[in-house]
Amino acid sequence: MSAPLLSVKSVSKKFGAVVALEDVSLDVGAGEFFALLGPSGCGKTTLMRCIAGFESPDAGTIALNGDDLSGVPPYRRPVNMMFQSYALFPHLNVFENIAFGLRRQGETRDAIDARVNELLAMTQLSAFGPRRIVELSGGQKQRVALARALAPRPKMLLLDEPLGALDRKLREETQFQLKEIQRLTQTSFLIVTHDQDEALALADRIAVMRAGRVEQIAGPMEIYDRPATRFVAGFVGETNFIEGRLDRNGAAALITEYGRIPCEPGNLPDGAQATLSVRPERIGVARDGEGIAGVVENFVFRGETTLLRVRVASNIVLRAAASHGERHAIGDSVRLSFPPGAGALLAEER
Amino acid sequence: MSARRRLSLGERLVIAAPYLWIGAFFLAPMALIAKISVSQSVLARPPYRPIFELSDSLADIWAKAQTFTLDSYRALVSDTLYLESYLSSLTIAAVSTLITLVIAYPFALAMARAPERLRPILIGLAAAPFWTSFLIRVYAWIALLKDEGLINNALMALGLITAPLQMFATTGAVVVGIVYSYLPFMLLPLYAALERQDPSLREAAGDLGASPAQAFLRVTLPLSREGVIAGALLVFIPAVGEFVIPDLLGGSETLMIGRTLWNDFFSNHDWPAASAAAIVLVAVLMIPLLLWERARLADEDDAG
Repeated sequence: MSAPLLSVKSVSKKFGAVVALEDVSLDVGAGEFFALLGPSGCGKTTLMRCIAGFESPDAGTIALNGDDLSGVPPYRRPVNMMFQSYALFPHLNVFENIAFGLRRQGETRDAIDARVNELLAMTQLSAFGPRRIVELSGGQKQRVALARALAPRPKMLLLDEPLGALDRKLREETQFQLKEIQRLTQTSFLIVTHDQDEALALADRIAVMRAGRVEQIAGPMEIYDRPATRFVAGFVGETNFIEGRLDRNGAAALITEYGRIPCEPGNLPDGAQATLSVRPERIGVARDGEGIAGVVENFVFRGETTLLRVRVASNIVLRAAASHGERHAIGDSVRLSFPPGAGALLAEER
Repeated sequence: MSARRRLSLGERLVIAAPYLWIGAFFLAPMALIAKISVSQSVLARPPYRPIFELSDSLADIWAKAQTFTLDSYRALVSDTLYLESYLSSLTIAAVSTLITLVIAYPFALAMARAPERLRPILIGLAAAPFWTSFLIRVYAWIALLKDEGLINNALMALGLITAPLQMFATTGAVVVGIVYSYLPFMLLPLYAALERQDPSLREAAGDLGASPAQAFLRVTLPLSREGVIAGALLVFIPAVGEFVIPDLLGGSETLMIGRTLWNDFFSNHDWPAASAAAIVLVAVLMIPLLLWERARLADEDDAG
């Protein structure tokens, strides 16, 4: 990546005694779709508000294109935000909402008309220019908010839980639209979300945050397949945490009371206590043959897979996803197999 | 709309209560005044004719009704005193309302943006003047404004003026009195409107490049329109008919319809003329109120 568009360096922020951000650093490149992912209260919204200029960090710097933004008020920052509540102006119609930022830039009437119509078309709202905000559905409001934030051609668009208020079906459809609009406009998108599926689906890179700190920054596949910490593994997707002792002799494996589980040892020493995170769908389920023996305790049909809870030891239950068409009953004996590289060894908790 | 159903007796009583109230305390007195306004002035007690009696037969009532006259209304038009009183009252009330708005708006804004735990205290302070009598507060202004009052004494002691300023018994003093007395009626609806506004709207305006001044003019102010209108009506309407303030603080040249009415009732004993003037005043004040209400309802229909 060339010089980053947005550069956040060692930013900290407290509200009274509550630490909202602690030593957060991250870079976002031009044209990148970046997600801040974490549970509520992890500081992701505070970081976004610092970037927009609504909060100022207690320490650290935020720079855009190399220019330090500290002391620059929100209305002079070349970033725009799409608010979680949308914050559409109820006294203005759809057209005037979208034109609001352009009018503040003092553009000509023709330029404003052209730009607003372009955005109305992009967000499939062409017929809605004269509509009042109260007459719109939730999905339409969401698109007006997006168009309004994009209208002044920001260097970076900040999206605060942009799909949070939409119902499930609309959310998926809107994810594709959002990605398409990001591709068309070549604008950097920084999205804040607590929804891991949303982050995985949309972002080029994800920063997983917890309690004011960044736990891991990586692409969606790496976050999912190679989570750096127990928190990331647990927050993004479903997983099994398998505790054991590392054996590096021959094919590396984790030794547990119920068997040997092959894994990639990383740089942990032989004999170290370690935790392996294995996604349910990476575990093979068979009726017999090689593998760790277990008994199906119960199962949940999920459509394309069936999630089984398999007891492998008196006090240990693993979750494994059997593919569609395989039928299992409670009490069935099964064999669980772990392909090499199926799991990720996790760093110790800090 | 949900299907209509028959209302229970209890529901009917609850709905009837406000109508009974309005009927007994507004419509019935208004009907009496209207009746007096078309009666003839006489030297008697009460000073008008006809008077209806409970013992009147229908024929009596009909005969008495024949004597109704619009003379008092004609007098309103021909006597320029009334026209001048109306115009002067409307002007004084309008100027006072405008000044009240300009003073109250920043206060309301500051209250709405104060920390949440402070707001009830601020509202309490805004309503604090109501804890003393209205009359006493107006008298207090006399002590402030008169020639040897606090303000003149202070200015003279400082050497800023050599002779007292004529402030008491002027139209200006009436405006000051109205602004002071009605400020809370402007403040509270403005505060209610501003406090309701979603703070993220202001942030959104700033985010889109509006300076704080632009954000105020383009977003905060237009969105507080309802509060401005409500506050303006609450000040303007009673101010037009105000009697106590012009009587205590105004000079002989301060013409307000309340005083003119009072003179007609108590000095001239011309009840029909005073009643006609009162009826016209109510009509003048009701029309803008009804127009506003209609516009507001139409707005809400649109929104629905």
